Amino acid sequence: MGFPHKSHPRETPILSRYFGDAEARTLEGWKKRGGYRALEKALGMAPAEIITEIKESGLRGRGGAGFPTGMKWSFMKHGDGKPHYLCVNADESEPGTFKDREIMRWTPHALIEGAAIGAYAIGAETAYIYIRGEFTEPLRVMGAAVKEAYAAGIVGKNAMGTGKRIDVHVHKGAGAYICGEETALMNSLEGKRGNPRIKPPFPAVAGAFGMPTTINNVETLTAVPHILNEGPAWYKAMSHSSPKSTGSKLFSVCGNIARPGNYEVEMGFPFKDFLYDVCGGPPPGRRFKAVIPGGSSVPIQTMAEAEATLMDYEGFIAQGSMLGSGGVIVFDDSQCMVKQIARLARFYAHESCAQCTQCREGTAWTTRILERIERGQGTMEDLETLSSLSKNMTGTTICVLSDSCATPIISGISKFRDEFEAHIKGKRCPMGATAAA
Amino acid sequence: MADGQQITLTIEGRQVSVAPGTSILEAAKQAGVLVPHYCYHPGLPVAGSCRMCLVEVEKAPKLAPACATAATEGQVVHVFSERALEQRKSVLEFLLINHPLDCPICDKAGECELQDYAYREGPAQGRLRDPKRFNPAEDFGGDVLYVTNRCIMCTRCVRFMDTVAQDTVLNVSERGDRAVIGVFEGKELTNEWAGNVIDICPVGALLSKDFLNKARSWELDRTPSICPNCSQGCNAIFETRDNQVVRMRPRSNTEVNQYYLCDSGRLDYRWMNRTDRVEAPLLRRGDRLAATDWDEALRAAALHLNGKRAFVLASPMLSNESLWMLSRLVEKTGGKGAFRVRRGPEAPLPGVKDLALRAERAANVRGAELLGFTKTDTPLAGMGDGDVLVIADHELAEADIADLARASAIIVIGTVLPETARQAIVVLPSTNMAEEEGTFTNLRGRVQRYQQARSGPGMSQPVWWAVGDLLTFLGEGAGHYTASETFDSLAQARPEFTGMSYETIGLKGQMMASNSEPARTIG
Repeated sequence: MGFPHKSHPRETPILSRYFGDAEARTLEGWKKRGGYRALEKALGMAPAEIITEIKESGLRGRGGAGFPTGMKWSFMKHGDGKPHYLCVNADESEPGTFKDREIMRWTPHALIEGAAIGAYAIGAETAYIYIRGEFTEPLRVMGAAVKEAYAAGIVGKNAMGTGKRIDVHVHKGAGAYICGEETALMNSLEGKRGNPRIKPPFPAVAGAFGMPTTINNVETLTAVPHILNEGPAWYKAMSHSSPKSTGSKLFSVCGNIARPGNYEVEMGFPFKDFLYDVCGGPPPGRRFKAVIPGGSSVPIQTMAEAEATLMDYEGFIAQGSMLGSGGVIVFDDSQCMVKQIARLARFYAHESCAQCTQCREGTAWTTRILERIERGQGTMEDLETLSSLSKNMTGTTICVLSDSCATPIISGISKFRDEFEAHIKGKRCPMGATAAA
Repeated sequence: MADGQQITLTIEGRQVSVAPGTSILEAAKQAGVLVPHYCYHPGLPVAGSCRMCLVEVEKAPKLAPACATAATEGQVVHVFSERALEQRKSVLEFLLINHPLDCPICDKAGECELQDYAYREGPAQGRLRDPKRFNPAEDFGGDVLYVTNRCIMCTRCVRFMDTVAQDTVLNVSERGDRAVIGVFEGKELTNEWAGNVIDICPVGALLSKDFLNKARSWELDRTPSICPNCSQGCNAIFETRDNQVVRMRPRSNTEVNQYYLCDSGRLDYRWMNRTDRVEAPLLRRGDRLAATDWDEALRAAALHLNGKRAFVLASPMLSNESLWMLSRLVEKTGGKGAFRVRRGPEAPLPGVKDLALRAERAANVRGAELLGFTKTDTPLAGMGDGDVLVIADHELAEADIADLARASAIIVIGTVLPETARQAIVVLPSTNMAEEEGTFTNLRGRVQRYQQARSGPGMSQPVWWAVGDLLTFLGEGAGHYTASETFDSLAQARPEFTGMSYETIGLKGQMMASNSEPARTIG
C-alpha cells in the first residue's frame, strides 16, 4: 500500500498490507494476522519440497539482480557436513530505495518467518539479518521481534517444537553502501573491512565464514510465507506481461511526484498508470522529465520510455533500463539533469571501497568533471572524456559499483545531451542550480 | 580432472601445460609471457583488485583477471590483444592521474613497475584537467617511509603484514580515492620482517629510510649472494655503487627464504665497507708490526708453526672453502680448532615454513662444525700451552685476553686488526665475504654460493688462499688456486659434500647428500 498514503485501489497489498499498523509489529498481533502458519507448514515439509514450490512460484530476487530464488536455494548442497548460513540482506542503501525499511519497521515477524523458512530450506541453522547501520528504527523493531520469537520458541534450539535449530541474529552494519554487495556484506559480517570478494568462489560454495551461504533480500524472503500459504500458482498468476516476472513488487517512489511513498503492484503493471494515477502524477504545474526506475544504479529513462514500460524485469529492460531494487526516482522539468547525475556520481565516489583501480579513481574523476560542467566550467572534450571513462569503468571490476556510477552518466549523456551542451556553451547551469552540497 | 593430470592451454599462441588450479597469470609465466600486474604477488593471497592483469579469454564475455582465474583445458588466452591492451592503457591512466610525476627524485625510478608499464603500454597523455590529489608522506616506523602520493593501493604491504608477518599493523584507511595505507593506532612498522614491504611495493610508495636518496637504481651493480648475518642463509642480492655495498635485498629462493629478508639481515651491511682494514701483510719487527710482502709474511708464519700445533680460532662467518683449508692446517699440525657464535633473539616469519632470523648470528656455523671446529663460548679453553694461535677473522672477547698469553705465537688472518690482537707476530690481510666468492652451509645443511660484490682492499686475499699458501710453505702444496677448485677438493675429501661442485650448487644451493636430517635439531 502507498504508505504513508492510503492504499490505491489498483495496488495489490500483500507485503505492505499492514504497513502503518502498529499492532502487526508484535508477535501476538502478527499471529492474529496469520503469521507463522507458513513456517509451521514449512518445518513439516522436506527442504526440497519447499524449494520446488518456490521455483514454481517464479519468485525472483528483489534486491536488484532478479535471480530466481528457488534456483539459488537449490545450489546449497545438503549433507555436505558443513554449516550453512542464510544472510538476509537488509543493508538497503541504494539511493531512492526504502521498501525493506518499511517491511522491517511494520512487519518484522514477516521477515523472521521468511528467513526461518529460507534457512530451513537451504539446510542452515543460522540466519543473519544484516541491517543497514543508519536504520535505527528498523534495528530496534527487528531486535524486539527476534527477542519475542525466541521467547515464544518460534526460533532457537527447538524451532516451533520441531526439534530443528534455527537461530536468527540481527547484525548492525556500520554505514557503508558497499556492504549491500553480497560478498562485502559477508566480509563485514565477519568483522572485516567491507570489500567485495572476487567470484568465484560463489557464496553457495564459500560465503560467510568460508561456508556455503545463501543471501536473500528482505522483500524476497518476506514473500516466501505467502507463497507457501497460498500456493505457487496463486503467486504465479500475479503477472501482467512476462511469465518470467511473477508476484507483487514494492516500489519506493520519491522525487518530484504528488504522493511519494511505497506502493505494491503486480508484476507488469503499466508504469504510466503507476506514475500518473497510483502516485498522483507530477506536482501541480509541473511536467515529468525523467525517471530512474530501479534505484540509482540503473539507466535513466526518458518519459517516453517510462510511459511505454510495463513494470517487470523484462519490461524495464525493453525500455532501456532495469527493474533493479524498485526505487523510483522521479524528476520534473524544474530539475537540472547534470546536477542530478553529478550528485549520483559523488555518492558512488564516496562509497567506492577503493579496491579496484577503475572504481577508486574513476568514480572520483567523473564526479569532478560532472561538477565542473555543472559549474559552467566544462568543455566539449570533457563530455568525450566522461563517455570514455564510463566505458572503461564498466565490466572491468570486482563488483558493479563502478558500473553503477557509469550507468547514469552514460544514459544521462545519451538521453539529455542537450542539457550538458547547454551548460558547456552557456558557461552556466541553465536551470540556475548548482550541485547541492 | 584427476589428480596430477595436467591442463593444457594456449597463451599468446604458446601451448603450455600446468597443474590444475594454476592461475592464468602463473601459467603465462611458465609459457614465458609476463602478464603485467600490480596487486598480484606469488607469496601473498590474491587480491584481484588492480585490474591490470585483465586478459582476453576466447569465448568469455568479459576480460578475466589472470591472477584470479584458474587455467582450464583448451583455454585460448590473449595478453596483448587490442582489447587487453586498451584495458591496461585505461588502468594506467587511472593509476597515473593522481600519481606525481616525480620519477626524477623517486628512489624507485628505474625499478618501478608503474614506470615500466606506463612507458611500455600507458597513454601518451593523461586527460586529467583538475589538480592532483595530495597527501603528506608518513613515517611508518622501522625502516619504512610511506610516500602517500605515489601509492596505487595494491595492498601488497597490508597483505604481507597480515598473512606473512602475521602482525596486523597496516590497513586500508578511508574509501574511494581518499583511501590510503594506514597504521593501526598505537602501532609501528617495527616488525623484524617489515622491511619486505619496501621490496614488494611495486611503486615508490614504500621506501627504505636507510637507502633514501643514496643512489639511483641504474647506477647499482647487482651480485647474487647470501645474507651472512645469521645461519638461515637467505638468498640475497648485494647492490654496490663505487665499490661500496649500499643495499642488500632478498633474492627469491622458495627453498630457503621465498622472497624475503629480515631487517636485521638487510640493514647489517656497513661492516662490508669498513675502511680500517689490514691492507698488507704485517710482520713483527721488535715492538711494532711492519708492512711486508706475502712471501716474507708466510715464510715467517711457517717458521713459527714448524713443529708446533696450530690452534685455530676460526670465524663462523668464513666460507666452507676457508674453513676447509684451516681444517687442513689443523690436521697438518695436529692441532685443534674452535669458534664462538654471537647470539641474538630468534625471529621467525610465521607465514613461511622454516624461515627465521636465527639466534646464531653467523653464516656458516654448520660448515664450521662439520669441518671439525668446536662451537663453544670459551673457544680458547681448548688451546694447549705453547700452541700457535691462528686467529682467522674471529672476534676476541674480553674473556679471551688472558688465554692469549698461553700461545707461543699469534698469527692473525683477518680483515681488521683489533687492539687486543696486536701482539701477533704475523698478520695476513683477508677479504670479507662481499669481496670474495665462496659457499656457506646453512643450518639445514644447504650449501649455497655467493659471488664477489666488491674488490678487497690492498693486498688482501681470501682466507683459503692465504692458508693454502701457508700450507705450501709447510711442505703441503694445496694445488688449487680458485675458490671453485678449493671447493672441489673439499667435495672429494668430505662425504657430506660428495658430488657437489659450483656448477651443481648453482644460484639456488644444494642440500648436502647426507646428514641433513639430524641437523634439524640445531637452533
